[in-house]
Amino acid sequence: MNSVGVVTPQRVAFDAPITLRGGATLPGFELVYETYGELNAEGSNAVLVCHALSGSHHVAGTYANEPNSVGWWDNLVGPGKPLDTNRFFVVGVNNLGGCYGSTGPMSLNPATGKPYGADFPVVTVEDWVAVQAQLADRLGIDCWAAVLGGSVGGMQALEWTLQYPDRVRHALVIASTPKLTAQNIAFNEVARQAILTDPDFHGGHFYERGVLPVRGLRLARMVGHITYLSDFQMGERFGRGLKNEKLSYGYDTDFQIESYLRYQGDKFTTYFDANTYLITTKALDYFDPACGYGGDLQAALARAKASFFVASFSTDWRFTPERSREIVYALMHNGRDVSYAEIDCSSGHDSFLLDDAHYHAVVGAYFDRIET
Amino acid sequence: MTEIFGRFDFDVIARWIVPGERVLDLGCGDGSLLKFLKAERDIRGYGVDNDPDNVLAAIKNGINVLQFDLEKGLAGVDDDAFDHVIMSLSLQTVRHTVPLVQEMLRVGHEAVVSFPNFGHRSHREAIAQGRMPVSEALPYQWFNSPNVRFFTIADFESLCADNGIVVREGLFFDEGRAVTQDPNLNADVALYRLGRKALRS
Repeated sequence: MNSVGVVTPQRVAFDAPITLRGGATLPGFELVYETYGELNAEGSNAVLVCHALSGSHHVAGTYANEPNSVGWWDNLVGPGKPLDTNRFFVVGVNNLGGCYGSTGPMSLNPATGKPYGADFPVVTVEDWVAVQAQLADRLGIDCWAAVLGGSVGGMQALEWTLQYPDRVRHALVIASTPKLTAQNIAFNEVARQAILTDPDFHGGHFYERGVLPVRGLRLARMVGHITYLSDFQMGERFGRGLKNEKLSYGYDTDFQIESYLRYQGDKFTTYFDANTYLITTKALDYFDPACGYGGDLQAALARAKASFFVASFSTDWRFTPERSREIVYALMHNGRDVSYAEIDCSSGHDSFLLDDAHYHAVVGAYFDRIET
Repeated sequence: MTEIFGRFDFDVIARWIVPGERVLDLGCGDGSLLKFLKAERDIRGYGVDNDPDNVLAAIKNGINVLQFDLEKGLAGVDDDAFDHVIMSLSLQTVRHTVPLVQEMLRVGHEAVVSFPNFGHRSHREAIAQGRMPVSEALPYQWFNSPNVRFFTIADFESLCADNGIVVREGLFFDEGRAVTQDPNLNADVALYRLGRKALRS
């Protein structure tokens, strides 16, 4: 497969204060982002790729001398790939409150000279999109050809069409939902409690104490990971397979699934920030564009002008196909252009990150329709 | 399935569509009917198909396509959302025939359906010889047919009469040529415009 090759993240500072939806104000902020392909003279071929919970601005390509640093959606974005960087100028940005270089809880609070930690305000999907719009201004992009995202990235794509209806021509909303269910929020709350009750969390000010709430973050990731996979896929991949030949009759890892979850949890704590995890789960919980319209999603989406591509995955029980159909029906009600694909894929919510041939063919065919 | 028959039914359907209408095409295949109606009648609308390959083909054709299972109905679609709801040569592939036609007439002012006529002379002759019919209109073997309902023009008209479905117009064809004499015997394809029975005041 072709790759965009070696990429270098860029950093941009915004000096004007920004007031967030929750009421807090940041005196300014920085964003890290990456771009692939060339912006055309008209500025009409730009595509924003929004990341999900643990994603980042590093969407595609690799960093110099780090062959394993492949971007999280490299299978979809690149020359000749479904999102073809020969045609499109693609932008990935680390969201505000993130832990990959954009201003977030690990950044220094200018008021105290110490990391924000728990003092970093909760940000929302709406805030992320408002900040992304400032980046678009800086890059000279008046209107995105498309905004694309999976999961909470899809929420951002949807939010773009509502907050800036004239600044996005197409929205690709994949494995997403117009709002979280009680069950979704419940899983997020378990993850948050794992972090908040870790003795090393120190109310979010663990940086200055030189410790990390590893146990809490690990547990949060383990419970989250269960919701990303399907029962079928877990059964296929691990079943009741044992780690060792004999049962331990103790609390070591007997089953392969235990070992897998522990591994995923441990790995996560080496690169992800607990405060960012808390913020992001709250952003997910709060997202509900219909909230201001008495729960009427049709009314909420009336101001969208974009054309939509919506896709769900048959085994996604986190954001089920039914959630995607709610978006589709609300768009139909408003007479918007929308296409909807329900991809038959066994890998649950995380299917959106895989390179399933039909899924990529459909996404690629939709991008081929987008004029530049 | 429309490709099997060429486009003669497209022309008939286009004549029934007023420019600028909102159209829903159920079982839209690769979207060629909607593409045709967009070009000829400037319609706005959506195709529905549950086959992944058809969804991909329709996206390539520039159509708004929705991957829904018609057997589960159209519960999320508003009443009267469309001027016409079309089902071109797909009615025989759906198990829940009556609920689906009623759904078509709920979400649309008028329904357009076309289907292969199982009562066509050649089909009757095949049955008389003890074999299931295979023809241009029914181009499948019994074991690989996507069709799950086999019915004649007479069967369909009595179904409409029994269920308060008003037949506003019927046109009949044999290998693309119009049929006027005894269509239940001579037509291999029937096209209908259907409406709701007017509510009694």
